[in-house]
Amino acid sequence: MLAKKKIQSISVYGEGPGERLIERHTLSVLVDNEPGVLARVIGLFSGRGYNIESLTVAEVSKELNQSRMTIVAVGTSSVIDQIRHQLERLVPVHKVNDLTEEGAHVERELALIKVVGDGDKRIEALRSANIFRARVVDSTQSSFVFEITGSTEKVDAFIDLMRPLGIVNISRTGAAAISRGPEKI
Amino acid sequence: MINAVKEKTKTATGKKSKTMSGAQMVIEALIEQGVDTIFGYPGGAVLPIYDAIFQQKKIKHILCRHEQGAAHAAEGYARSTGKPGVVLVTSGPGATNAVTGLTDALLDSIPLVCITGQVPTFLIGNDAFQEADTTGITRPCTKHNYLVKDVDDLSNVVHEAFHVATSGRPGPVVIDLPKDIQFAEGSYIPKAKAVTHMYQPQTKPDMKAIREAVKLIANAKRPIFYTGGGVINAGPKASKDLTDLVKKTGYPITSTLMGLGAFPAHEDQWLGMLGMHGTYEANWAMHDCDVMICIGARFDDRVTGDVTKFSPHSKKIHIDIDPSSINKIINVDIPIVGDAGLAIAAMLKEWKDKKYKRTKAELKPWWDQIEEWRGVKCLNYKKSDTIIKPQYALERLQHHLNKSKKDTFITTEVGQHQMWAAQFLPFNKPNRWMTSGGLGTMGYGLPAAIGTQLGNKNGLVIDIAGEASILMNIQEMSTAVQYNLPVKIFILNNQWMGMVRQWQELLHGERYSQSYTESLPDFVKLAEAYGGIGLRATTLDELDDVIEQMLVTDKVTIVDVQVCQSENCFPMIPSGKAHNEMILSADAEKFDKKLV
Repeated sequence: MLAKKKIQSISVYGEGPGERLIERHTLSVLVDNEPGVLARVIGLFSGRGYNIESLTVAEVSKELNQSRMTIVAVGTSSVIDQIRHQLERLVPVHKVNDLTEEGAHVERELALIKVVGDGDKRIEALRSANIFRARVVDSTQSSFVFEITGSTEKVDAFIDLMRPLGIVNISRTGAAAISRGPEKI
Repeated sequence: MINAVKEKTKTATGKKSKTMSGAQMVIEALIEQGVDTIFGYPGGAVLPIYDAIFQQKKIKHILCRHEQGAAHAAEGYARSTGKPGVVLVTSGPGATNAVTGLTDALLDSIPLVCITGQVPTFLIGNDAFQEADTTGITRPCTKHNYLVKDVDDLSNVVHEAFHVATSGRPGPVVIDLPKDIQFAEGSYIPKAKAVTHMYQPQTKPDMKAIREAVKLIANAKRPIFYTGGGVINAGPKASKDLTDLVKKTGYPITSTLMGLGAFPAHEDQWLGMLGMHGTYEANWAMHDCDVMICIGARFDDRVTGDVTKFSPHSKKIHIDIDPSSINKIINVDIPIVGDAGLAIAAMLKEWKDKKYKRTKAELKPWWDQIEEWRGVKCLNYKKSDTIIKPQYALERLQHHLNKSKKDTFITTEVGQHQMWAAQFLPFNKPNRWMTSGGLGTMGYGLPAAIGTQLGNKNGLVIDIAGEASILMNIQEMSTAVQYNLPVKIFILNNQWMGMVRQWQELLHGERYSQSYTESLPDFVKLAEAYGGIGLRATTLDELDDVIEQMLVTDKVTIVDVQVCQSENCFPMIPSGKAHNEMILSADAEKFDKKLV
């Protein structure tokens, strides 16, 4: 889960304090579903130079008018802390949970992959899709559209496998996540 | 659609609400929020609100000469009174002109509510005349902003805007209000029924952390209080309690630029301001301390210098109302999220309850060390018999102010004069010092002085200025004349952008690129042209005379003090250096200017 990498100091102020390990965290953010809320979050990341790996958002409660964002962010642990606090500062943000920090959680993403080919490649694509439990959601004489859900790593692996078999388009949702167990996040 | 929403508000409040136009609602809500003064500039997209202003007497509108001036005036008003400042500007250029003021208020945590006109909702996105994406532009420079698309939301939005601007860490809030919404009729929701509960930042500190912090403080050998603008924002009682706490402990205290006045500068425990142009004793004490008590300050780079060498041997306590300020730049040992006032009161109570006591003998080695640093006399400068040194001008100003019975408020522009004012003018009370700290906005001082004077009718308000900064919002002279505001503008005129020139001299091999101002106006004539009073001092003899005259004028007065052109502001920590690597004025001549 934790991609460990050294970052080089390029600031004229020299290296900052603290650790230098890059971590990948999944944040679950409950927000008011109002115009501009996505722009606020995106603006925060670009304005403060944080890195986003993926971001998904959709309404989760009609009556409370709330949406949940799942943000996968990378940075040192102090940067991740800052991201959490900065998100909490936004007025329409109700709650921020660092799922990576808080314990076990489930993370899934969905991808649609269009593969074009014929003969052996077509058969091989179908066979591989079976192994990965990808579904065929569209098919023509020369093409398939596969739907696959799973962890980011699983989707990556499937795409790598399909690449030589004629991938023409990929569409991915980014990760949606929720904590394990009976507790509410 | 609108009817359905109307129905909902009625049932939600359980009563039939008053019906009125959007523009009237704005005025009604401002009155309910206790607003008596607003700063603004009319234009097409806010005319309905100006019409509503015309038809009432409770709110005074101050017509500034530029929207940036209006925003800074509101900041000055807010900073000196503790109340939120209110700005009213039109769409497009009105809103974009206000952006500098909003950003300034965001960085210095000043509560502002800025209402911007917008083109009618059906024209938004059409590149209409004077249309700008105001919520888009102001999103990163406000604490929060709103675009009101339904008149029935309007009164609630105004009440919520005041709540957001003033609670937690204060800041600017924009309400973008399309013209058709200002005309539309809707039901007014009074303040008492407005729904503002959503935003509730933590203000009460964790008592366990307070006890732990006080224990650490009580056992320190080389402690220092480092306080900031958060103490001022927490209200006058916070400053009083801070003074009590600091006196009870007997510890030294320094503060940031924004925090000046929270602890009286005439007290012996006061070390002066810290940071890039702070005192030698304050910075060395920060570097060598073993316990640092940071209250309402945020470890800005102008304070810390090189973060890797920042106070390397100390345990750090950080009290801040904004959790994102904690561990952002400097990792601390005891973080406490909460209002500075509540935290100080809690610490004071804990100190008394536990009967902590520090004896003079326990603290003697630390104070002896501090006295040694004080002995360096870092603010010394070479006096001159022929030419007015800027520091001397401020010393003479202070000499005359000491004789004045009036409550004095100082605002500044940005640059050398600002740092000299912070070094040479002592502040003994909070809310008496208005300066642009975080953003460093040249042109802040005059409009801020106007806002300060309006909030403090009997106060003596002086803008310490440089000749370059003052020209950035000189048009506000006209505002000061219109409203008979006797603000004094004390220009330390060295004909250079002094701080730029100083950096070019010390850090860019004396290549003075674009920092000399040719063709400066005659400031005496300029003041007279606006209908104010102009005075000038070119010699040492004239200086005292001119200051005395200035202090008794009843109109806006510019004092053009012609000072030494080459004077540098010391001490100075060059950017990226540590607290113990300061340059004193005596070192400056040895400073190798070819190295950089």
